[in-house]
Amino acid sequence: MSILIENISKKFGHFQALSPLSLDINEGEMIGLLGPSGSGKTTLLRIIAGLEGADTGRIQFGDRDVTNLHVRDRRVGFVFQNYALFRHMTVADNVAFGLEVLPRKERPSPTEIKTRVMHLLEMVQLEHLATRFPSQLSGGQKQRIALARALATQPEVLLLDEPFGALDAKVRKELRRWLRGLHDELGFTSVFVTHDQEEALELSDRVVVMSNGHIEQIDQPGALYASPNSRFVFDFLGNANVFDGKMNNGRWHNQQANIVLPNGAEQKDGQLYIRSHEFFVSKEPTTQANLPLRLIAINPIGAEVRLELTPIDWQSNDVWEIDLPHKAFDKNCFEKGQTLYVTPKAGYFFAHDAQQPVLLNWETNRV
Amino acid sequence: MSSSKNTSSQLRVGDKPWVKWLLIGLTLFLTAILLVVPLISIFQQAFVEGIAHYFSSLLEADTLHAIGLTLLVAALTVPINLVFGVMLAWAVTRFEFPGRKLLMTLMDIPFAVSPVVAGLLYLLLYGNNGWIGSWLYDHDIQLMFAWPGIVMVTIFVTCPFVARELIPLMQQQGREDEEAAVILGASGWQLFRRVTLPNIKWALIYGVILTNARAVGEFGAVSVVSGNIRGETNTLPLLVQAQYEDYQAAAAFASASLLAMLALLTLLLKAFIEWRLERSIKLESDKEKKTTA
Repeated sequence: MSILIENISKKFGHFQALSPLSLDINEGEMIGLLGPSGSGKTTLLRIIAGLEGADTGRIQFGDRDVTNLHVRDRRVGFVFQNYALFRHMTVADNVAFGLEVLPRKERPSPTEIKTRVMHLLEMVQLEHLATRFPSQLSGGQKQRIALARALATQPEVLLLDEPFGALDAKVRKELRRWLRGLHDELGFTSVFVTHDQEEALELSDRVVVMSNGHIEQIDQPGALYASPNSRFVFDFLGNANVFDGKMNNGRWHNQQANIVLPNGAEQKDGQLYIRSHEFFVSKEPTTQANLPLRLIAINPIGAEVRLELTPIDWQSNDVWEIDLPHKAFDKNCFEKGQTLYVTPKAGYFFAHDAQQPVLLNWETNRV
Repeated sequence: MSSSKNTSSQLRVGDKPWVKWLLIGLTLFLTAILLVVPLISIFQQAFVEGIAHYFSSLLEADTLHAIGLTLLVAALTVPINLVFGVMLAWAVTRFEFPGRKLLMTLMDIPFAVSPVVAGLLYLLLYGNNGWIGSWLYDHDIQLMFAWPGIVMVTIFVTCPFVARELIPLMQQQGREDEEAAVILGASGWQLFRRVTLPNIKWALIYGVILTNARAVGEFGAVSVVSGNIRGETNTLPLLVQAQYEDYQAAAAFASASLLAMLALLTLLLKAFIEWRLERSIKLESDKEKKTTA
């Protein structure tokens, strides 16, 4: 079922949790609400569910206006971050709850409820735990049961609040894949909240990036990564190194460091955002850039080696992170404490007076 | 509050063995002379004129009436405060409203104020010359110096017990379970019966036991509003005093022994429920440890 959100806003006391925002969610889509804590993503999810009322605006499920419909009658599935399983009921009773509280006319017979529950437990691959209590389950198992319980009434909308937040990395990855499969198979519309960019990019058809009660950007994961439209999105999607430069004589300067402007760049002061893998690292400065850094840590992470570096005689707010393939790293035998020079290959430039970035590429200079 | 089992073998830094034994000895001695000896002496005094006399004094009409009245007061007070306590706890833990903090403070007034004062307040308000009382008098309704007045002050004195037990638990459990139930389509009543009630069950029973103990034993407030009419408005605690003042010491102690037995029974029940509560919490945390490990 499609979801239409129009001009929804919410205040808690004097705190503007959501500024009026609109969002169109297509039928069968999986949407990730991504943002730091306090960005309003959970509030938006709870408003869609009906757990909170919006101050202004309208919500529609398909053709049905649900703005003033009680939570109970919205018939959405909801998965809580801490599972919220009923601790005094067995796993099977938890899953059956939504069916057992149906009005008598709609309620299936006890035997049918039993078969449906067993079917749901098979779907989440936990049928052997039917008679256990929630306190006897692991985190990942609890989350699956919470999902089975939410899906028992066959909702057309499934809402998930930080569904994998409390799980360890391995289980999280496995559950993510499994949820995606379930979503594709059953065809419900899902909205989930997360602060984990990797999770949002991997799982969503479209990602909604939020900050301070606003929507910053709505895009497909690939497009979002390729063209972030604000400093916030860039920062939040992570792993970017920022060079704060003053334009002078065809170069951006920051104390002793400088970078040559590539072809077609605006002649302005501003900030250059460079992703950690868009660098060439050498022991001497290049004609294109003079960015001296001290190597303070070497962390082999999977397929790459991550170097952590601090600026020498110039300013940056954060430690710089640069990812190199093992091959490139092994060839150079870098050592901790060494002074290295880095040269950006591509980056995004935010002129000091601009909201939108310009994509820059130095590779074209050489041709 | 659960004492860990290995403290007796481990001394805290700086404690000498003689300090430990002195403190333990002193505590035991004081417990004996302050609690145990008086309790035993109640029974000893009750039986001082023989078992036959004990039972015959308990079977006197006035005594039987006092027992009946006491049970009636408890039977009315407990359900009323059970419902009121649950409502109060629900209201302050599940809703935000102006005056919520004030309400939580006001709730403790019956604990803070002397029961005698509570009795007097009711007397002033509902007595024949009182503000509401004179209107009631015109309509031939007698509350003070009759059993309804006793029930009213007992309700006042015992009203915080249930809510006091429930509020911390309900605050700790939060509203997520209930939100989950409503989203799944539960009606208000289904939500309460199938989710809230099972979650607060033991704390609720604990509150009821405390309410009952106090309702049966209340003296001060009841004494002010009852008028002490023997065979009519005397509850057991009042009867004990009346008998004692009439130099019927054995009869007074016989009545007192009933109250003492009730108290012991209450303590047993309380201990049992605390054990259940602790066990369920311990089981849960043990399992949580296991699953997270």
